[in-house]
Amino acid sequence: MSAPTNTRDNLKTDITVYFVILALFGVQIALAYQNADGAQLLARMLAVALIQAALGVMYFMHLRDEQRNLRLALIPATIFVMLMMNMIWSDSFRLLHMRPLLK
Amino acid sequence: MSEANLPVGAHAGFMEASPFAIPSKKLVMWLFIISDAVTFAALLFAYGYIRNASPNWPHPFKFSPSIINVILMTFILVSSSLTMLIATRAAKAADKAGALRWIFITATGGALFALLHIREWFGLIKEGLKLFENPWGSPMFGASFFTITGLHLTHVIGGVIALTVVALGYKRGRYNADDIEIWSLYWHFVDLVWMFVVPMVYLLNVAR
Repeated sequence: MSAPTNTRDNLKTDITVYFVILALFGVQIALAYQNADGAQLLARMLAVALIQAALGVMYFMHLRDEQRNLRLALIPATIFVMLMMNMIWSDSFRLLHMRPLLK
Repeated sequence: MSEANLPVGAHAGFMEASPFAIPSKKLVMWLFIISDAVTFAALLFAYGYIRNASPNWPHPFKFSPSIINVILMTFILVSSSLTMLIATRAAKAADKAGALRWIFITATGGALFALLHIREWFGLIKEGLKLFENPWGSPMFGASFFTITGLHLTHVIGGVIALTVVALGYKRGRYNADDIEIWSLYWHFVDLVWMFVVPMVYLLNVAR
């Protein structure tokens, strides 16, 4: 198993990543109180969340210390499935214009 | 010699090495995490679908108490990931007492997060939020809110129980440092999911 004996793998790095993730959360809070329109706000929020997730997976979960073929087996397939989920949006906008959910 | 002609028990020497150079338990945890990530993604996409299609989506989260509560919950959960990293490091260094101490601090953080979340739920229910009814707008809000945050809360409670069981097993010698590392993956995953739940469910719906 990947033991945390790697020179890169030290507590100082973990603490730095911890503070970066908290700082990014602070950025999300600040973004929430800006008067950006919905789509822009969503895009900014998701971009920050993706950076947080990438930091967490690579540093907290130590995926960067695993073999490259494990990363290749896990990450592209997951991203592909999530991208395919975007096919729902055209129907969501159709519903918005038909307004069946407006009560 | 074909494999069919091998005597029973002779397969051991022919076992293929792990393709990812990790123990099967860790690979299983990674596969679970990936499938769970897709489950949460599907729920968040469904939430986005309903939210986008509903012109009168509610914005019930005031800075106080809702967003302050979310900030506190996020701080606790992210901090518990750090304490779990320290616990894993201690276990790898054969510091049993240190590992147990940090695992229990992590589990306490998780329990505190769950209590704050349940308190928030009761506050919203008191304000009139129900599964298919609320005083603010689209009736779908309650179902989507409780489903997403409820699934995450279930993961946190499950994680607290799992960490406690693994810690007690580690104390008795049943589990080792590798098991702690594997469960730390789960705990970090629960933390990372929260990073998407907060902006999608709370921060996009702040009251102005």
